[in-house]
Amino acid sequence: MTTRRQFLALACGTLAASELRAQLDPNIQAKRKAALDAAISKVVGDAPVRAGRVKLDVPPLIDNGNTVPITVTVDSPMTAASYVKAIHIFTEKNPQPYVITAHLGPRAGRATLSTRARIADTGRVIAIAQLSDGSYWSDTVSVIVTLSACLEDGLI
Amino acid sequence: MARVAVTVPASAKRGEVIEIKTLAAHVMETGFRRTQTGELLPRDIITDFVCTYNGVEVFRAELHQAVAANPLIAFTTVATESGTLEFKWTGDNGYVATHKAELKIV
Repeated sequence: MTTRRQFLALACGTLAASELRAQLDPNIQAKRKAALDAAISKVVGDAPVRAGRVKLDVPPLIDNGNTVPITVTVDSPMTAASYVKAIHIFTEKNPQPYVITAHLGPRAGRATLSTRARIADTGRVIAIAQLSDGSYWSDTVSVIVTLSACLEDGLI
Repeated sequence: MARVAVTVPASAKRGEVIEIKTLAAHVMETGFRRTQTGELLPRDIITDFVCTYNGVEVFRAELHQAVAANPLIAFTTVATESGTLEFKWTGDNGYVATHKAELKIV
């Protein structure tokens, strides 16, 4: 015999589960990862990306994901022989992972870029620098976002 | 007329690295948000930014939806000669904004 309490618990559980299923795409993690990989490989191609030489400065705890200050500094002499060609910034969990691409040259003097980004969710931020010798270097920072940007509807 | 704000030092020594900060007033609508009635708001963002120094391009950026509203772009350049720095933003729906700044070598 089902008591009222058992029935209510079961009903609430089923309802909550179906609600969650309706809102969340079951493959969301795989889709996000594929979107990020696609965006990065579009820039990098088949070249290997090594960690180092790039310093990505993002606050580790973000109160408001709508404006996140990001500064990228690359260790490079910035001479005509050796300079940073481009700096790319990606975020892991945005519906569209690409943030910005900056094209620099030896006339930049220092390889730095500051901007403000929208970050949808707690996850990684990735900066990739393309050097004049064709090598790619990157830095990754994990951030926690309390108020997300662009989360009003489907995540991807 | 689109509103922009640019910070460039008025004068610099030859060979000095100067920092340039630029800000453009723009909503940067992502194209992912919906109205209360469920219609998708069309994308409206700044897509390109170019800085030229006496006609030579020294910095260029491609912006995407994940750049915050009123995009700030700060970068550096070497002060080589007195002249004009020109800034140009272009975006969706024919958005164009330009700004000029004079730099004097002392």
